[in-house]
Amino acid sequence: MLQDMCAAIGRKMIDFSRSAGGMTLLFADVLKRLRAVDGRETLRQMALLGADSLPIVLLTMLCVGMVFSVQTAKEFVTLGASNTVGGIVAIAMGRELVPVLSGVVVAGRIGAAIAAELGTMKVTEQIDALRVMATSPVRYLVCPRFLAISLMMPVLIVFGNFIGNAGGYVVAHFYAGISSFTYINSIKTLCDSFDLFGGMIKGVVFGAIIAIVGCYKGLHAKQGAEGVGLATTASVVLSIILIFITDYFMTVLLYVGD
Amino acid sequence: MAISEISLQHLQVSFGEKRVLTGVDLDVVPGETMAVIGPSGTGKSTILKVLTGLLEPTGGRVFLAGRDVTHLPEEGWNEIRRHVGMVFQYSALFDFLDVGENVAFGLRQHFHLSEAEIRDRVDALLRDVGMLDAKSQFPAELSGGMKKRVSLARALAFRPRIVLYDEPTAGLDPLRTMSISKLIRETQHKYNVTSILVTHDMESVYVAADRVALLDEGKVAAVGTPEEFRNSSNPLIRGFITGEEPEGAFVR
Repeated sequence: MLQDMCAAIGRKMIDFSRSAGGMTLLFADVLKRLRAVDGRETLRQMALLGADSLPIVLLTMLCVGMVFSVQTAKEFVTLGASNTVGGIVAIAMGRELVPVLSGVVVAGRIGAAIAAELGTMKVTEQIDALRVMATSPVRYLVCPRFLAISLMMPVLIVFGNFIGNAGGYVVAHFYAGISSFTYINSIKTLCDSFDLFGGMIKGVVFGAIIAIVGCYKGLHAKQGAEGVGLATTASVVLSIILIFITDYFMTVLLYVGD
Repeated sequence: MAISEISLQHLQVSFGEKRVLTGVDLDVVPGETMAVIGPSGTGKSTILKVLTGLLEPTGGRVFLAGRDVTHLPEEGWNEIRRHVGMVFQYSALFDFLDVGENVAFGLRQHFHLSEAEIRDRVDALLRDVGMLDAKSQFPAELSGGMKKRVSLARALAFRPRIVLYDEPTAGLDPLRTMSISKLIRETQHKYNVTSILVTHDMESVYVAADRVALLDEGKVAAVGTPEEFRNSSNPLIRGFITGEEPEGAFVR
């Protein structure tokens, strides 16, 4: 029994190492081929993957901003710190909540869609057909998606910050009675532009993670509908885990010692 | 004797412990259509994957137009693939592109042609396979036979020297089977291509092939003309044609 357990753990570790190595190689291959990326396909993917994600990202960020404001505003007013609510909400949204939660939303929506699309192409031999037509699937399929998500994530984050802070303001103003001047002045006092830019940098990295994981899982889907389903689920789970892990290191890198 | 356009010398392919091809020797001369038949699981489609560089052989050698391609890297294969078209078993049309764009795909990727030139070439190819009217339809709107025709038009877009067919009549009714088989023959003559036709369908073999190779246990068990196969007393060949399993054969 112990032997079986060790063998199972060993197999998992080999699978994990193989995936990690495969994704690293895919990332390197993407970087190598970026110069030859198909511009028309990239624009199509930007519209498809980025613009269409905007409503769900905005809705999520509006709710997050409002909830965060509800949780903090009354308490801060009680403590006599109402002049910090706007800044706290803006910093939290800009540095962490918007980039991370946008990443999670995009991983769920776009990462899954990419894995399912490429997985279906794999099991219906469309990937083989591309290769037989002397077209690299990495150049034609992965590079445009990689570029599209990496470029659109910061855009989504800008919009997400705007709507999230607007939601936070509405709640702070109407629920906790904080004046517009106090709220906006608090943002001006406590925040600087790097709170937003740092979040946008995180967005680029999270977008790259979502694209690489989604494409890798799709391109390596096993045969049949079940294989596509497993690839899709694995893509979402792994993307979200990697986003959280990367977020810690990026936060340390970008903001600690700030 | 002409130099073989396709030559397989003791080709072997294994998947882990499983040996699929154990030593295939096969030569196809320029302009010839060679049908490869045999029971399921004997590695017929595997041969096509090796010939398109999708699979690297574990042994033996592969020559295309006299060039040894056995262990070519992907970049080397991309040069070879411009001379090889393939019709996949399930067509493998890109479902996000319409029929016209599917056929134009390779032209857009690899040739610097004007829109008018691409349109003319696509129209000519679709006309040849009888699918010009479906140019703006998407693959999901087509029947199995129509998809095979579009797939052939796409395979011919590069003006290849070699066309490979993987079960082109699988899942089609007898009328469509005959029509696709005739189309394969017409393509051979009109485009002067060398072809390998992987199939289970003997009617298709009789119409489209110049010679036939029967695979058994990972090797070529017999080669001959369709007429020779039709009249053969070889129990393996008789068994495959009539469907009556000779003792000990084709049991997997």
